[in-house]
Amino acid sequence: MYPEQFEYQRPSSVSEAIGLLTANPDAKIIAGGHSLLPAMKMRLAAPAALVDIARIPELKGISASGDGATIGAGATYRELMDDAALAAAYPVVAETCDKVGDPAVRSRGTLGGSLAHVDPAADLTAVMLALGASVTATGPNGARTIGIDDLFVGLLTTTLEPDEIITSISLPASSAGTKQAYEKHSHPASGYAVAGVAVALQVDGTTCTSARIGVTGAPEYAMRATAAEDALVGKELTAETIAAAAEKATEGLGELNGDVYASAEYRAHLVKVLTRRALTRAAL
Amino acid sequence: MVAAPEAPERMVGKALKRREDPRLITGGAQFLDDVKLPGMTHAAFVRSPHAHARIASIDASAASSMPGVLGVFAGDDFMDLNPLPAAWQAGGVTNHPVTPRVLAVGEVHQVGDPVAVVVAEDAYQARDAAQAVIVTWDPLPAVVDAKKATEAGAPQLHEEAPNNIVLEWSCGKEADRVDAALAAADVRISHHLINQRLIPTPMEPRGSIARFDPATGDYTLWATSQAPHVHRLLLAAFVFGIPEQKIRVIAPDMGGGFGAKIFVYYDMAATMALSKKLGGRPVKFWEDRSENYMTTTHGRDHITDLEIGAGKDGSITALKVKTWANLGAYFSTIAAGIPTTLYGRMVAGCYKIPNIRVDVVAAYTNTAMVDAYRGAGRPEAAYVIERVCDLVAQATGVDPAEVRRRNFIQPEDFPYDTGVGMLPYDSGNYELTLDKALEQVGYTGLRQEQKRRRGAGERKLLGIGLSSYVEVCGVAPSKWIGLPGEGWGAGLWESANVKVHLTGKVVVTTGSLPHGQGHETSFAQLVSDRLGIPYDDIEIEHSDTQAAPFGFGSYGSRSLSVGGTAIYKSVDKVVTKAMKLAAHMLEAAEDDITFENGVFSVKGSSESSKTIQEVALAAHVGYDLPEGMEPFLDETTYYDPPNCTFPFGTHVCVVEVDTETGGIDMLRYLAVDDVGNVVNPLIVDGQIHGGIAQGLAQAMFEGAVYDDDGQLLTGTLSDYAIPKASQLPWYELDRTVTPTSVNPMGVKGAGEAGTIASTPAVANAVNDAVGHLISGEIAMPFTPERVWRAINAH
Ligand SMILES: Cc1cc2nc3c(=O)[nH]c(=O)nc-3n(C[C@H](O)[C@H](O)[C@H](O)COP(=O)(O)OP(=O)(O)OC[C@H]3O[C@@H](n4cnc5c(N)ncnc54)[C@H](O)[C@@H]3O)c2cc1C
Repeated sequence: MYPEQFEYQRPSSVSEAIGLLTANPDAKIIAGGHSLLPAMKMRLAAPAALVDIARIPELKGISASGDGATIGAGATYRELMDDAALAAAYPVVAETCDKVGDPAVRSRGTLGGSLAHVDPAADLTAVMLALGASVTATGPNGARTIGIDDLFVGLLTTTLEPDEIITSISLPASSAGTKQAYEKHSHPASGYAVAGVAVALQVDGTTCTSARIGVTGAPEYAMRATAAEDALVGKELTAETIAAAAEKATEGLGELNGDVYASAEYRAHLVKVLTRRALTRAAL
Repeated sequence: MVAAPEAPERMVGKALKRREDPRLITGGAQFLDDVKLPGMTHAAFVRSPHAHARIASIDASAASSMPGVLGVFAGDDFMDLNPLPAAWQAGGVTNHPVTPRVLAVGEVHQVGDPVAVVVAEDAYQARDAAQAVIVTWDPLPAVVDAKKATEAGAPQLHEEAPNNIVLEWSCGKEADRVDAALAAADVRISHHLINQRLIPTPMEPRGSIARFDPATGDYTLWATSQAPHVHRLLLAAFVFGIPEQKIRVIAPDMGGGFGAKIFVYYDMAATMALSKKLGGRPVKFWEDRSENYMTTTHGRDHITDLEIGAGKDGSITALKVKTWANLGAYFSTIAAGIPTTLYGRMVAGCYKIPNIRVDVVAAYTNTAMVDAYRGAGRPEAAYVIERVCDLVAQATGVDPAEVRRRNFIQPEDFPYDTGVGMLPYDSGNYELTLDKALEQVGYTGLRQEQKRRRGAGERKLLGIGLSSYVEVCGVAPSKWIGLPGEGWGAGLWESANVKVHLTGKVVVTTGSLPHGQGHETSFAQLVSDRLGIPYDDIEIEHSDTQAAPFGFGSYGSRSLSVGGTAIYKSVDKVVTKAMKLAAHMLEAAEDDITFENGVFSVKGSSESSKTIQEVALAAHVGYDLPEGMEPFLDETTYYDPPNCTFPFGTHVCVVEVDTETGGIDMLRYLAVDDVGNVVNPLIVDGQIHGGIAQGLAQAMFEGAVYDDDGQLLTGTLSDYAIPKASQLPWYELDRTVTPTSVNPMGVKGAGEAGTIASTPAVANAVNDAVGHLISGEIAMPFTPERVWRAINAH
């Protein structure tokens, strides 16, 4: 396939990259390229220039412990899977990355790219919602922190400015060591999530003290299943409470996606089943 | 004089690794996209975004002046060329073939129809300029469903084909007789089946590179082609109206074809004509995956109504099949033969059905053309008859295995005429494959476990699907398949030339050619044994009309049984001549010479012998030949088979259905195939593996979907689900060997068997798992949602 003509730039620092973006409003960042390039090849996207951030050292690196984690936006799925400290505190990240696409996708695709792109069928969006992540966005006026709940606002849309780069992602201490799971129904062709549900639960004894549930694939973009979360907090985690909470998993998600493969009605069913299965696996 | 050598190892029957693979998997192959010619230019087509529209105007002014653009052409520029040929029209009935031209003129009939073409210095410039050609359209209503296309009031595609009907065809007994048998049956079932449209998806898409030589007026065409000779013939005789020898067609290495590369396509003629327009600069067209999905042929797409009559004992007493076959927007090269000869005449499967009739209506719709795709007609037939067996089982309470057993054609019945106009089945032992399969899968135990889970109300139900198939391959005796018979406008023989060179090395040139089947290996195995010449000394050449003798191409699992037999017979001729020469050299009577393991010996005298290599040297130098003998061991055969061959077998699929989500897990897949004698078991197993994957994928994943406006909704590989290794079960393979007497090697064919067998095996398994919970049929592909909906039909 043949994209339209474009310029290619490879800055060596974040500030240089921001300079290039500010200078050319038709330029776009490319990280792993596994969302952007397919769109360009289909001529659905035709940026005038690509600013390649994949090799910027500042965007690499993962540091994780029970007190939280900081992940460079350029970390690939593969790198996330291979980090033992991250896996110990936030096992759901590696579990999920293992279910993303195929080995080539996992070796190229980045966490920053996934969160900036907000593909409605992306996986890590739901997981970051469940873990209560925040992103650091750096632009011409410096860096700011955006809570994950404020990042996604629509289909392929975030609150990032066009010349802002996600430089890192932070996971809070509060979700380290929580009971976590991700359940996914993969599309047989693309491997993307037809529906995916990530859960992170804090428990005191057998009582749920905090619940975060991220849903992807089914809604217009990844969202939290707050009604289901509310149905868990303060409750004894039993098969019954879980089943009752799962029944509420689609509340507030708005109109669900439907396509040739799976209708909105079926996706709603999947969200409930996957929520129940994820909660059950995490908690029981 | 030589010492009698040890008997060399037999090559036939050995699981040799394919000799072509190191080249293919280390980047040493030359695929079409690797062909680089000096001065090569690139073509890009301007395509219709509408499924049906009139072309109001085409404005190429902006595009023409873009960088690198050498020319922009529209349909009018190619009116000196004829439309593409309709090479196989259904026999004995009126056909209304409307084939595509190089570019659509006046009206388009499918999304992707090419209306203009840009030639530029590079492929990017060509695509950029194609995007800048402005076409004004007057959209027209579209129809995508074959049955609806034939109904009153449907949008009409072609004046020449009223009601969009390409042909109406039938086979089998008179309708009255079948109706009477249906009325008299103990059990009567009416059913509706859809065999959904598939997209062949070879890993390598299609393309053409053409070079016109202004000095000689000759064309060379490099094309992704399963049938280079046929392409030369059809392009010369029908499209260009020039003598055959003015065109040379070369098929480079191919990354799969599955049928889609058999046909003559617009781009072949376009690149040839464009190279001439450009004064001889080579022109390349290389489709991208989206174009491949839009405009290269698709497969299957049948709608079928069934009337079944059965005895209480599970015997099938009557079967009436009515099928609407979707042929797409135009008539593709051999499109009519698929739903008629290769489908209708195989619907009886491996069963004796006294009253059977098949009626087929083939229709035009605003979709991609449909033509042969791996199995071509036989998968559709197997799907019908194997679902029929299970439907009879369900209605009578007789076990599905027992239904098959009760109706099988028996070993002593061969040659067997099924009464639907197919050639007589050559040989078979269907029950043996069924018995073996049932035993190995542990059928009785599985049925008990199935019952237990149902009884316990478990969430995951078990389904067991059988498919006892027979198919036809090794097509075909020319006088049967040809114009006076089945309507194919040529013969279907094959040819081969065998030369034993001065050095004792053998070169075989064959009209057959591989696109993934390992011809170079199995043909060499065959020749090595017959000539007693080491396997490594034998080279197989193919795929170039200038070098290889005429061949009709590789499809229909015919290369070994037809092309291989031509080689076999050429080797016989070489041996006969070499025998004469050896007798002369050994000063013995020909009758006294024996030939074994590459050595000619005088009977009773082990001292007196000559190797085939020594004889080849003598033949080539020609110093001392018997009176009247021509030099050189060089023999050619044109072989027309006396019958087709009919491989068969039984596949069993075991699935687990999650009733909560409709998700399906494939627990077991077991196949017992009989492809006759086996030259290379590794290659045969590989063919069966790939075949099962493709057939299973039809049941589980694949399905081309158009919306009502004729837009392809599954136009990319992220929507259209071809199978991946991780989605497939472990295959348990076994075989029985029932040789055929149709050819001297006793081989049948293995290229499509897996595809034909596996779709119904999976379909039966899924329907078996949830049959008690649903009414009617779950349509393929069995997506979780479809299964879930069937179970929870509210
Ligand atoms: C075959 C295939 C299968 C896939 N399957 C899955 C799957 O199962 N699950 C899944 O979640 N994803 C899947 N993906 C998508 C994959 O995960 C992408 O790699 C990911 O979504 C985007 O990351 P990237 O680094 O490749 O981003 P790119 O494609 O490089 O960029 C995507 C977008 O984000 C912007 N961007 C990138 N990085 C940043 C940044 N740091 N700051 C601001 N903007 C940025 C770019 O400008 C662009 O608009 C699949 C992709 C393919 C090709």
